[in-house]
Amino acid sequence: MSNPASIGQPLDRVDGPLKVSGRATYAAEHAFDQPPLVGWIVEATIPAGRIKQLDTGAAESSTGVAAVLTHHNAAAQTPFGDPGDEGRFTQSRAMLFDDHIRYHGFPVALVIADTLANARHAAGLIKISYEPDKDAVTTAGQEADEVPEELDGGMEPDLFQGDFEQAYNNAEVTLDVTYTTPNQAAAAMEPHAAIASFDGDELTVYMSVQLIGPAVKALANTLRFDPDKIRVLSPYIGGGFGSKLGVHNEAVLACLGALHLKRPIKVVQHRRNVFHNAPHRGSSVQRIQLGASRDGKLQAIGHESFMPMARGYEFAEPTGAPARTTYRTDALKSTHRVKSIDMPVADSCRAPGHAIGSLAFESAIDEMAYQCDQDPLAFRLANMPDKDPSTGQPFASHDLAECLREGAEKFGWQSREQQPGNRFQGRQLIGYGVASTIRVNMLVPSKTRIRLSADGTLTAWADMTDIGTGTYTILTQIASETMGLPADRINIELGDSRYPPSCGSGGSFGAASSGSALLDACENMRTKVLDIARAQSNKGDEPAENARFENGQVIWGDKTLSLTELLNKSGEAYLETDGEVEPGDDHDNYSQHSYGAQFAEVHVDRDTGEVRVQRLLGVFSAGRILNPKTARSQLLGGMVWGQSYALLEELMLDDRYGTFMNRDLAEYHLPVNRDMPAIDIHFREEPDPRSNRLGSKGIGELSICGAGAAVANAVYHAAGVRVRDFPVTLDKILEHLPE
Amino acid sequence: MKPFDYRRIQTVEEIGRDEPGQARFLAGGTNLIDLMKHEIEVPDRLLDISRLQLASIEDGENGGLRVGTLVTNTALASDPRVRKTWPLLSAALLSGATAQLRNRATTGGNLLQRTRCFYFYDTARPCNKRNPGEGCSAREGQNRIHAILGASDHCIATHPSDMAVAMVALDASLTLRAVDGSERELPVEELHRLPGDHPEQDTVLAPEELIVSVTLPAPPPGRQMYRKVRDRSSYAFALISVGVILHVVEGKVDSIRIAFGGVAHKPWRAHKAEAALLGKAATEANFRLAAEAELADAKGYGHNNFKIPLARRTLVATLRDAAHSEQEVPA
Amino acid sequence: MAVLYINGKQVTLDDDPRTTLLDTLRECQDLTGTKKGCDHGQCGACTLLLDGRRVNSCLILAIQCEGSEVTTIEGLGQGEQLHPMQRAFVKHDGFQCGYCTPGQICSAVGMLEEVENGEPSDVTGRADVTLSRAEIQERMSGNLCRCGAYVNIVDAILDTANAHSLKNGGAAT
Repeated sequence: MSNPASIGQPLDRVDGPLKVSGRATYAAEHAFDQPPLVGWIVEATIPAGRIKQLDTGAAESSTGVAAVLTHHNAAAQTPFGDPGDEGRFTQSRAMLFDDHIRYHGFPVALVIADTLANARHAAGLIKISYEPDKDAVTTAGQEADEVPEELDGGMEPDLFQGDFEQAYNNAEVTLDVTYTTPNQAAAAMEPHAAIASFDGDELTVYMSVQLIGPAVKALANTLRFDPDKIRVLSPYIGGGFGSKLGVHNEAVLACLGALHLKRPIKVVQHRRNVFHNAPHRGSSVQRIQLGASRDGKLQAIGHESFMPMARGYEFAEPTGAPARTTYRTDALKSTHRVKSIDMPVADSCRAPGHAIGSLAFESAIDEMAYQCDQDPLAFRLANMPDKDPSTGQPFASHDLAECLREGAEKFGWQSREQQPGNRFQGRQLIGYGVASTIRVNMLVPSKTRIRLSADGTLTAWADMTDIGTGTYTILTQIASETMGLPADRINIELGDSRYPPSCGSGGSFGAASSGSALLDACENMRTKVLDIARAQSNKGDEPAENARFENGQVIWGDKTLSLTELLNKSGEAYLETDGEVEPGDDHDNYSQHSYGAQFAEVHVDRDTGEVRVQRLLGVFSAGRILNPKTARSQLLGGMVWGQSYALLEELMLDDRYGTFMNRDLAEYHLPVNRDMPAIDIHFREEPDPRSNRLGSKGIGELSICGAGAAVANAVYHAAGVRVRDFPVTLDKILEHLPE
Repeated sequence: MKPFDYRRIQTVEEIGRDEPGQARFLAGGTNLIDLMKHEIEVPDRLLDISRLQLASIEDGENGGLRVGTLVTNTALASDPRVRKTWPLLSAALLSGATAQLRNRATTGGNLLQRTRCFYFYDTARPCNKRNPGEGCSAREGQNRIHAILGASDHCIATHPSDMAVAMVALDASLTLRAVDGSERELPVEELHRLPGDHPEQDTVLAPEELIVSVTLPAPPPGRQMYRKVRDRSSYAFALISVGVILHVVEGKVDSIRIAFGGVAHKPWRAHKAEAALLGKAATEANFRLAAEAELADAKGYGHNNFKIPLARRTLVATLRDAAHSEQEVPA
Repeated sequence: MAVLYINGKQVTLDDDPRTTLLDTLRECQDLTGTKKGCDHGQCGACTLLLDGRRVNSCLILAIQCEGSEVTTIEGLGQGEQLHPMQRAFVKHDGFQCGYCTPGQICSAVGMLEEVENGEPSDVTGRADVTLSRAEIQERMSGNLCRCGAYVNIVDAILDTANAHSLKNGGAAT
């Protein structure tokens, strides 16, 4: 009898019933004996400088206000960014530290009151004046010239292969174009929120955070606390997308409030706060130079990336990653430069580097194809690498060409005409676009502990998180299959810093890493169980490989033994084992990626320039698919993000103030349901044993890479208009459409 | 939110009883509560008028319709009489906001909603509408969604209502009740003010003057169409919108109404374009000339320059579609 | 003191008229199923049913609802039994992080009633209302989902509508 909860089955999310009935508890929703007081963040309104005068008297005496925290009375902390030799997720994130303003929106006070209405109203009574820094810088373009210390994910900022200048100058066909992507917001539906409580000894913080272990260390560093006296809990997270990797302003402020008042303090960022007080994705300028022979063979790939960096916060995206790894070339130049500016923190956002690098690079590749008078699909297929172009390493697996071919066939690519602007239906111009999809695949250290109880249930613990990725469900399936237990006998306990340290959620490595650790723990458990079985039934020489774990039983040779009986007979109430995973040599010796090919059909209105996507199709190769239902959902989500990046999202910077003017969900445009085209997703499932023991590869960020370029390329094909300044809004198309 | 005194009004006579401070009428609240949370609106008294008997839609004289101010946007858009005889109004309403908002928003409230200018909403930034004399941050700033017609040196905000555009095209009028109980009629076209030197005054209403109802006269003949151009396919304010009523007889424009949304601090009745088209051949070339006549004084402020060609093109496209469909479907 | 009815239970409101219906639920009544995504009517996460109509509870003062009936996500099912719409969302994976989900479900339930009443949408035009994918997509556009579960949400709604109308002898397209 097959197990509906085994790996590879489309098991319904085990946290589904809780989520659909409103019983999943997110950060701001945890109940206390005494209702928490509410903290409201008061934001600085200059991009850089210092507080000159701060008068909180009227606020403090306003109805319901318990305290107003400022740099005058907040607890002593380690300076922001210390210790410098630690990673950014464990460094101090001090708030209300001194009178220095880091960026527009930086907290200058926290008003704590009995209700939100009282706190928010009192905040308006605070009088504050500033000494603005006249040299504040709020934009970064191609003038950026600092070399970042490192890129997110560990890639070297600069890479040169072969002689780029010579190869480019000697190429028969060249292209030299510059693309821009705007500042973007992760815009998770749950605003960042935290409830902190301090009992005089221990600090307990309910947060919405993707990495729990680092959060404890960051708070310990920040507040000068013993990390063993800090507990962080994050069992349910309303979306992260990178913006909740680390500890952010509301969590520190809540802790400061709790320390000050010795009462639980809740700080929920207002949606407008989130655009400043949580990280965003910085803008980019990408100059791309391509050189090819007349028959479309790439000889030179050049990619220069210029990005802003929040002053004092070291972070740079590997925007050049797609250019370095997607196509074969004789010569490669890839550089990254940053400029420190007085803006809110730029940090990881879904698929750092790849998401916006692919927007530009896959558009430029498309331009090159047309320049060589080649079908953009054929051009890509003719330039497939046989090893990683940037390192010379062999690929662990490389399925990109097959994804492109299969996708083209399923999409109906062959019906496409080469000439753009030639196909229309009424007032709609119709176009097709394609893009390669590639995202680095990682395996990260992770640990877990499991307990098999005499009542036949299995519990697993890890400080792992589920940000909508489906971790609870995948882990249930791994345990279910390996231990032969039905899903309803398995409890996965996540999101508590008291649990074994895991990889956390990020970089698409969550399922693979935490899952491999769980697999290890379950295999250790099987060994333990078989030892007991061996002792109890004298099966000394029966090979362990012959044992099957199914339906709560061990089937071994001619014996069928129930797990509960085995434990009861042994006198143990339960058995516990640990499990862990570390990336092995395969991740050093091979270039590891997940792949895909994405196709888009768009309509462009000839009168208004409005773009509406009709169809999206993706073929994805991500190793073994652990759960096709949740995997498909992840890929759907990424494709929606890609479409959104191509057409909608832009934080509108007013550089006079160093702030984004569209700081809400009405004017920062995310796609709505009606924006959805028909979306078709296919898996090419070939388990990749070099990836991890499960054979799976990362998919959380995969489909965002390339989706946007496929849409932008389709816009070009429809209207003959190439827009290089994302998002491709109608005003940018309109000027090129005949009237 | 600043503390306020909440009163539920049971009869209109309770309005204007000479009390101190500023009062605001609360109906659905979808705009007012938003603004009160930001403390952009700071009434001392909130007069909840939602229990007044002003929520019916009644047949009027001469084929008209009288719409009580408390009729929700959903109810108005769904009314079979409106769908049949004033489809422009139904279409405009349904293109706006979301079902959740339309279920609460009222006719009067929709007319009185305030601008969505980013700088109006950002209380840290100078805004002449919020604080006269403070300056206009939008003129040199992010002004993609701002006005191209009727703006002044002091304010370039637009009015965001779709419903109001349709009402202006339909020559709707308001019945207003002043605090002394007297009533007056006012064309919807005259309700909203252009900013001039007093951008802080959105409308011509006196304090605590209540919109009681909207009267829709029987519409002129012709095909009614509303076209809304926006960045995403729903739940977005218009970059440009156009409401037209076009009647073509033997190839000539026999009757024409045109109103623009997204171009000014009021729905922009395109009188010049109408005059340019009346009696002329219903051709695309003439549609374009009419659009150019109306937009001759249009001015962009940097990020919204595209609205000028967009307005022209959208008007031409909508008139073209209206002309074609008039031919296909008899009135 | 003002009262209203939440999931059938009479509730007395606090005396600050500024308290929204949303905050009454989340902060005063321990009903955190209804979510706050933006607090300004721009995301739909706070959608619930007020006297049977779907509305954004963040833009309603609780005092405005005196005497009204409020149905939240907690009130949709029957105790441990999930409402058919909730079951359909699980089956079709109509969510990922789950934060917009209660709002999506309440909105969908309210939406189906609007369709039954023949209320048109921006997609309907002059025709009669039918429950096509295009209609559902437009009608659900007031509920943002950053995880991008929209396609599955529409599947879940169609499934629920079909099951409901099969029970009542009809079919949605």
